[in-house]
Amino acid sequence: MQSMGFYMAQRLSAMVMAPLVLGHIAVMIYAIQGGLSTAEILERTRGSLSWFAFYGSFVVAVSIHAAIGLRMIATETLKLRGAALDLFTWAVMIVLLFMGARAVSAVTML
Amino acid sequence: MSKSEKTLHVSVWRGEGPQGRFETFRVPRQDNQTVLDVVSWIQQNTDPSLSYRYACRVGMCGSCAMMVNGQPRWTCRTHVSRVADGDRLQIGPLRNLPVIKDLAVDMDPFFEKWIKAGGAHRPSRSRTEPIMPVSPQEPGRVEANKAIECINCAVCYAACDTVAGNPDYLGPAALQRAWTLYNDVKIDDRQAALDRATAAGGCQNCHSQGSCTRFCPNELDPLSAIAGLKRAAAASYFKRRSE
Repeated sequence: MQSMGFYMAQRLSAMVMAPLVLGHIAVMIYAIQGGLSTAEILERTRGSLSWFAFYGSFVVAVSIHAAIGLRMIATETLKLRGAALDLFTWAVMIVLLFMGARAVSAVTML
Repeated sequence: MSKSEKTLHVSVWRGEGPQGRFETFRVPRQDNQTVLDVVSWIQQNTDPSLSYRYACRVGMCGSCAMMVNGQPRWTCRTHVSRVADGDRLQIGPLRNLPVIKDLAVDMDPFFEKWIKAGGAHRPSRSRTEPIMPVSPQEPGRVEANKAIECINCAVCYAACDTVAGNPDYLGPAALQRAWTLYNDVKIDDRQAALDRATAAGGCQNCHSQGSCTRFCPNELDPLSAIAGLKRAAAASYFKRRSE
């Protein structure tokens, strides 16, 4: 069961993700076609506040969006309800947030 | 039945409650024959104990809907020639509703959700006051008119995969009714209508798969009605936050 709060959070996070996904695809195509090495990519991303903001907001939006999406699947397919469903939602969100934050910090922190 | 007659092989769901199985009957095929004709022929000629529900036979009352070859149909207006798989027909009780016996389902959950979604008309004026003039061209009235031909047959409810996965979901018919009332200038509290449609099990649970609109026998569009509710609910959500 989805409340209006979760519904709005999922829609708004999708709106944030849409341009970021397009940006990410553009970056991948640029990096591959330009033949950038790992070192060259890290040289551009490390210490960059812009790349931190770009991929940092991506991670936050994905964590919210995916957790709510999986919550719907868990309730409709696995019949999870109540506290177990809330626990599942928050666990997915925290794990995605942690993994994403770790990746973003690895490529943008000096 | 002579051997020269064409025959339909009809599998019909038999059983009480959740228990049951398909039983096959041989029914003479006619050039013009509805699925309800087939069910009635079986009940009148082969097995009088077959339970099913119908009333008007002309697509007005909404009581004869069944699953035909796995898809929900109003059986009185569905010709066998349109839905038969060769000479085979499978007829079952409507999906997503508890079976009473054979092809008759308990419609209570369907109508309870109709009420839960605020399906009752709550007028803004009493009968002693003059009738409010409503222009047929008024945009809200135009929107409300789109759904007033709903006959409560529950075909959309049976077609909905979201109802199948989430039994608390109000379903397309009840939410389409809520959208009609939300757009009706004569109702008292439109925000209350929207609040009921966005409470637990409300429009926000819809996955926009569109089976409701695809299968509605009256060619109504519950999918667009629910999309309208979602837009109104999102606008209302921001408005409340800013107040």
